[in-house]
Amino acid sequence: MEIKATKRGPRLTVSLIGELDHHSAERTRIMMDTMLHDVSVRELLLDFSGVSFMDSAGLGVILGRYRTLNLRGGKLIVSGVSASIDRIFKMSGLYALIERV
Amino acid sequence: MNHNEMQLQFLSLSQNESFARAVAAAFASQLNPTVEELSDIRTAISEAVTNAIIHGYENRIDGIIELRCLVENRLFTASISDRGCGIEDIALARKPFYTTKPELERSGMGFAVMEAFMEEVSVTSTPGEGTTVVLRKTIGQNDA
Repeated sequence: MEIKATKRGPRLTVSLIGELDHHSAERTRIMMDTMLHDVSVRELLLDFSGVSFMDSAGLGVILGRYRTLNLRGGKLIVSGVSASIDRIFKMSGLYALIERV
Repeated sequence: MNHNEMQLQFLSLSQNESFARAVAAAFASQLNPTVEELSDIRTAISEAVTNAIIHGYENRIDGIIELRCLVENRLFTASISDRGCGIEDIALARKPFYTTKPELERSGMGFAVMEAFMEEVSVTSTPGEGTTVVLRKTIGQNDA
């Protein structure tokens, strides 16, 4: 998993590129948490358009970052969600917590 | 009668999650599945193998996981077995959002994903001896 990040004002945009499974989840988590140490980040936009595979390990990664953002009054947004990833998001009820654009 | 089968064994290393789902999808390709059907198989296999690594072997890297795949006409079957710790309460383990590993940021959605993406998911487990998950899906169900 490769990630590309851009920060503009309070919004951090993170593009995920590759496969998000249990194997890649830990590294992805660590890379994102390092960026989220910057407390001026209030919005995390996760761009999934480069994610070729995701299983339920991805849910844990998203929910963990959602908690961090939520504690500081921020929000998490996802974009570029493919049909199969969307199914996993829907069945988990994730869209009650995060926005999709 | 179209019949084919394969089996392989690999170590309980997390990098083998992508290996296992790629092999299973490649084997299922002989049934001419749609992109969506292949994606369903990849996702379900990944969940089962991840469970064997994290839960069955509790992240030990010297466990052996066995993947067997079978095609019979249009039915694809995959069984994923470990000789790990087993599951005490299968019904509880299958419950959506139930996880014994919240500290690892596990969502508890592994079995729910397998059930959503495959037609049939059966689990047999003996505590202290191991677990086998069998996943079944008919390929090309929407064909005329």
